[in-house]
Amino acid sequence: MAKQFSRREFIKIGGLGLGGAAVGTGIAHSVLGGLGTSPALANPVLSGAIDGVVSTTPTVCEICFWKCAGWVHAVDGQPWKITGNEADTHCNGRLCPRGTGGLGAYLDEDRLRTPLIRTSAHGKQAFREASWDEALTHIAEKLQKIADEHGPECVALFTHGSGGSFFKHVLRAYGSNNISAPSYAQCRGPREEAYTLTFGEGVFSPERTDIRNTRCLVLIGSHLGENMHNTQVQEFADMVGDGGSVITVDPRYSVAASKSKYWLPIRPATDMALMLAWINVIVEEQLYDKDYVESYTYGLDALKHSVRDYTPEWAYPITTIKPQLIRETAREMAHHKPATLIHPGRHVTWYGDDTQRVRAGAILNALLGSWGRRGGFFYPNKASIPKYKYPKYPTPTRTWKDAYPKQFPLANLALANGICDATIPSPERDCSFKGWLVYGTNLLMTLPQPKKTIEAIQNLDLLVAIDLMPAEITGWADVVLPECSYLERYDDLRVSPGRVPAVALRAPAFEPKFNSKPGWWIARELGIKMGLEKYFPWQNIEEYLESRLGGTGISLDELKKKGVINLEERDPIYFEDGVQPEFDTPTGKIELYSTQLEEYGFDPVPKYTAHDRPPEGFMRLLYGRAPMHTFGRTTNNPLLTGLMPENEVWINRWVARLLGIDHEQYVVLVNQDGVRSNKIKAKVTERIRHDCVYMVHGFGHSDKRMRKAFLRGADDAQLVTRVKIDPIMGGTGMRVNFVAVEAA
Amino acid sequence: MARYGMVIDTKRCVGCADCVVACQTENNVPEGFCRDWIVEALDGEYPDLRMEIRSERCNHCENAPCVRCCPTGASQITDGGIVLVEEAECTGCKACIASCPYDARFVHPEGYVDKCTFCYHRVKEGQDPACVAVCPTKCMHFGDLEDPHSEVSKLLRSRPNHALIPEAGTKPKIFYLT
Repeated sequence: MAKQFSRREFIKIGGLGLGGAAVGTGIAHSVLGGLGTSPALANPVLSGAIDGVVSTTPTVCEICFWKCAGWVHAVDGQPWKITGNEADTHCNGRLCPRGTGGLGAYLDEDRLRTPLIRTSAHGKQAFREASWDEALTHIAEKLQKIADEHGPECVALFTHGSGGSFFKHVLRAYGSNNISAPSYAQCRGPREEAYTLTFGEGVFSPERTDIRNTRCLVLIGSHLGENMHNTQVQEFADMVGDGGSVITVDPRYSVAASKSKYWLPIRPATDMALMLAWINVIVEEQLYDKDYVESYTYGLDALKHSVRDYTPEWAYPITTIKPQLIRETAREMAHHKPATLIHPGRHVTWYGDDTQRVRAGAILNALLGSWGRRGGFFYPNKASIPKYKYPKYPTPTRTWKDAYPKQFPLANLALANGICDATIPSPERDCSFKGWLVYGTNLLMTLPQPKKTIEAIQNLDLLVAIDLMPAEITGWADVVLPECSYLERYDDLRVSPGRVPAVALRAPAFEPKFNSKPGWWIARELGIKMGLEKYFPWQNIEEYLESRLGGTGISLDELKKKGVINLEERDPIYFEDGVQPEFDTPTGKIELYSTQLEEYGFDPVPKYTAHDRPPEGFMRLLYGRAPMHTFGRTTNNPLLTGLMPENEVWINRWVARLLGIDHEQYVVLVNQDGVRSNKIKAKVTERIRHDCVYMVHGFGHSDKRMRKAFLRGADDAQLVTRVKIDPIMGGTGMRVNFVAVEAA
Repeated sequence: MARYGMVIDTKRCVGCADCVVACQTENNVPEGFCRDWIVEALDGEYPDLRMEIRSERCNHCENAPCVRCCPTGASQITDGGIVLVEEAECTGCKACIASCPYDARFVHPEGYVDKCTFCYHRVKEGQDPACVAVCPTKCMHFGDLEDPHSEVSKLLRSRPNHALIPEAGTKPKIFYLT
């Protein structure tokens, strides 16, 4: 609990132009201006040494994908703080630590400052600074050359974040549809496909989980509270505070486990066995919602038949969860139905059978009747804001899928790893990818097997990285374009699914620092240089936004004042309130038995397959999230770094004793292929099983331009040299790597 | 006269540290320092574990050793029982730091001792401290312990709770619901 963090040299807030005086000082004075009593103390917060005018600008947070609306407070134009927008249902006026610390994204002195072009002289490569005009002209020429020689379809976009929408537009106008986000095949893709196969639609983001009304919440590896998805965690706290029942399945005693009625410390990679045993108990003991199942579902008999041997006694030696506990928890779920929510998870690309595993959870939800019901999954509303009317895009003649004939039939979005692999030339393919545009995603950390990613990059004619920070991917780029932070730019409107349809605006609170530019500006200027003027009829973003709002009755000025506007017209969100139970599946029913999986030759009902166990001397590598960080994007943020400057590897106390590892000792992780991690501190703890280790993702940056994050902690992605591919939708199961622990 | 205190529900708290960042930006706490922090107190052996997660800070003690030991009078108890440090009178001698059983104080880089003020500037305006206002789990409550109708008083009457290191006899005014 020492108050001084062990940090490197950081930007000082005094360097912002307030002459070293407290930023909060000015604010406090103006806020306290009307007190009438002179404060007795000379504390700067109380004395108000500086006069200041407080201004607030609406924003939508970009530190994670929850996109909470907030207010940026400034004193005389200098940053002070960010608070949540009270009207916003994504945050209810309360941001999470990352949103509260969002100013750090703006303040970071290590930000990219100006466009960079890779040069090569005398065998040495280096970046040289370039003007925007030169950098964009260079990119446009290279893209033209690729289009002439190979076709525009050989260029792909990898994107993560709001500004990506403008680059998607550029790519489509150019003639390619190869737009991918690692958030699909490296994260929640299997979940969306599993729920679509079962219920005819996905879970979406933010999740349509009705946790605030849930009476029994089942978390399978989901560590709510450590993954700080704002309102989801708010509702989790409400639910726990109200005495709701939580069942947490996790090899680690997570924060959520500490709030649970039942913690099931399962053997890693055996979740499917537990879920099948739960299904077995629920159908054998007839604990399911009979009316619901009879009215809305298809395939109960086939399901019963399929799970008849998956008894709790069968699951016990696999999972190490005692049969009585499996029965007891199954009954607990049934007791609270339909307000029982088997959480669908978010990052679910674990073992390669992920669509099937998530589907087992979907089937449990169907049996308990929670889909479409209060306390389960609601039917979200979404504001109807028409898209900007652009001229028709050219029709691509090829897509990434042509590289994978007859594979991944149910991949509804492009696979980032698939595009990466198809960049490495192969005799079986006519054409490989020649150009990548990478917006806001650090592919060296977000994709598994970074060596393969680098091999792919070596085969590119052009790699453009658009980013705020000098993330590792920018070090491999031919051209680096510095985007300004979300606090310095407009973006497209936030129109997300949720209980309440809403529109939210991000407006710039500050001028772009250095020579950085907003994404929309970069995309437009690039498009014009590429000869795509007709696709950019709007001159600036405000014109674009006003055009989109036209006809909605909402003006840009009103949005600037309110930040978020909740629409009055709302449809019901539960079956019991009038939602029509219609399911967009081939049978028109909730498919316990999936006719689509049957058609494509996959198991129509999930089956258990055993996964490899760690070899002797090794433990399974698990990774997850911390509430104050979003992947590797925040580990250099001067306001968030101090909260967690480096990650730790969690090691069971008895294992550590056997290995002679002390708490807080630095260790190195060595994986099954001999890859060694950067040194990482050992957290020797009772809170994890003996057969796995755990670390928070996003640390161990290897680019020294990020001075605060450079070589702080270890990078799990580097150790993910093996993946198991989900044959249904192409996701990369990444929890299939094993590590040994050595003293550093 | 109000007697301000805090009641923190450890059942709801997830230890996200939002209270820490909100305090830092609200009060311009210099980088590398914090006025509040998170403790995860674990009890038991695998797999029989219990954990209490707490947001901790200055307890604004009624019997405050930091105030008693301050040679210049810089540390003092002000309106509402809030313990504050008058920076101009603080010589940075650190006697208060040594006397605080909660390790709640630090030397500000400008030479004076700094710590949680319960966001005195906000409280004067009738607002909650920044940490309370920001908390996504609404686990923190601020109010007048003297007023039997205040939320904090009601919570203390209705829920089991404890303060930290009561044996030090400092009469702390932050209580943790269990």
